[in-house]
Amino acid sequence: MCLPLKRKLQNTTSKRERKRIQGGRGQEQFSRKSYAGEKVWPVLTIIIILGIWQTASSTGMVPRFMLPSPIDVAKAFIIDFPLLMSNAKVTLLEAFIGLGMGVAVGFLMAVLMDRFEKMYQAFYPLIVLTQTVPTVAIAPLLVLWFGYEMLPKVILIVIVTFFPVTVSLLDGFKSADRDTVNLLRSMGASKVQIFWFVKFPGSLGQFFASLRISVSYAVVGAVIAEWLGGFSGLGVYMTRVKKAFSFDKMFAVIFLISVISLLLMGAVNLLQKKCMPWEERE
Amino acid sequence: MAELIVTDVTLSYENRHVIEDISIELHENELVCLLGASGGGKTTLFNVISGLYTPDTGNVTLNGEDITGQPGHISYMLQKDLLLPYRTIEDNVALPLLLKGEKKRSAREKVNAYFEEFGLQDTQKKYPHQLSGGMRQRAALLRTYMFSRDVALLDEPFSALDTLTKSDMHRWYLDVMDKIQLSTLFITHDIDEAILLSDRIYLLTGIPGRITDEIIIREPKPRRKDFHMSREFLEYKKRIIEKL
Ligand SMILES: Nc1ncnc2c1ncn2[C@@H]1O[C@H](COP(=O)(O)OP(=O)(O)OP(=O)(O)O)[C@@H](O)[C@H]1O
Ligand SMILES: [Mg+2]
Repeated sequence: MCLPLKRKLQNTTSKRERKRIQGGRGQEQFSRKSYAGEKVWPVLTIIIILGIWQTASSTGMVPRFMLPSPIDVAKAFIIDFPLLMSNAKVTLLEAFIGLGMGVAVGFLMAVLMDRFEKMYQAFYPLIVLTQTVPTVAIAPLLVLWFGYEMLPKVILIVIVTFFPVTVSLLDGFKSADRDTVNLLRSMGASKVQIFWFVKFPGSLGQFFASLRISVSYAVVGAVIAEWLGGFSGLGVYMTRVKKAFSFDKMFAVIFLISVISLLLMGAVNLLQKKCMPWEERE
Repeated sequence: MAELIVTDVTLSYENRHVIEDISIELHENELVCLLGASGGGKTTLFNVISGLYTPDTGNVTLNGEDITGQPGHISYMLQKDLLLPYRTIEDNVALPLLLKGEKKRSAREKVNAYFEEFGLQDTQKKYPHQLSGGMRQRAALLRTYMFSRDVALLDEPFSALDTLTKSDMHRWYLDVMDKIQLSTLFITHDIDEAILLSDRIYLLTGIPGRITDEIIIREPKPRRKDFHMSREFLEYKKRIIEKL
């Protein structure tokens, strides 16, 4: 989990860097045009897949009860809408609390490990270790220890979300430009000032890249934790409809979960634009 | 009364002497240049004067106060403009004031008073990447000036610019320096630039780098338009080339 994640983070930043380097007018127009083209293809693919799916289940190629058609799923979604929403509320609340705490913990860890080399040496391997333990494996333990309420869910989300944040921020802090740091030192800046004026703003791009990842981890983490015990939430709802073999409702809830993740990632993008106005005015 | 005195400064990196027994002075309102080949230790000397490095021996005093190894006394413009990409030009220029604990509003007001004088009008709200290299250099110089009006160190302030922009910037620089009366010590490896811009030139040569000569340019300021093509200019140039 750790390695591919790091690569993911690097990809997101390096793409942006590349864009910035290309910069020139002609290039800009070129990339905008191809961007519009980029949007057509995924939409087309989705329509085709939905079409094949619909034909497969309505012609009886796959038994209807095992693979409900997209229209069945839509119907289930509409009928169960109030129930889905009330469960989604619970899941979202857990995700937000967990994510908030995860980001806070991740930030704190990154700051401490950047500031104190010993902290880095002591904790970095341990942090990587926490990521090699599969979420699904510790979730039942957390439920056994902390019960069926919100606490085990939040703890699980904190565990899965703090890591991307710590790694990306630490990377950002450590790659602060040495000359810029020297410039501030020559102006008599303190370590804290160097942090707030150089290291922190310079890491924001990486931070948001990791936040996008953490947000989707938070939602998925909440659902997984709910599978293993709880009174409400999308995960609980999922286990219930599974026991009733309501495949259409299963699909409806899966659809809702990915919509939620997408919306949240979109929200992170908006937040990033607000927080990094200098990226806008290219 | 700004007077910077560097006495017998020696510094080595891992037992390799980079600069040795450097003694230089900078008096009030002087433009003094440090001329030398690439890799000769010029930036290293600036890092010592600015207090970023502590020399092995020797000391640095500013107006009689010993500031050896103490950053925060002298304005230092490093070899790159180093404007922070995520701050507007005005907030970049205001940086030294913010670091000294001044409130954002009053820091902005203070720096805005100088934008016109530095030829930076209408750039306040822009971000560094929206400015040309020459304009960024001006902003960096204004930031340097905002830190302290005593003494400034400029490390190759114009070396990143193309020839045309460079001569523009030279004119602008002499003009601004005349107005703000800042004592500056600047680095270059461009002989023409050294003669054109300075009152005095120190030659830093050899390995380890030592001050091997001092040349005084006796040409009144503001410089006449064709100074760079005059006989005197060529004389100075010949003298410097012989000594390097
Ligand atoms: N932090 C450092 N550690 C070790 N060696 C260094 C360090 N900084 C510079 N040097 C070496 O010291 C020598 C002098 O470097 P310095 O940057 O002072 O030269 P310079 O005169 O400013 O050159 P340039 O004109 O290219 O900027 C060089 O050989 C360089 O490799
Ligand atoms: Mg140098």
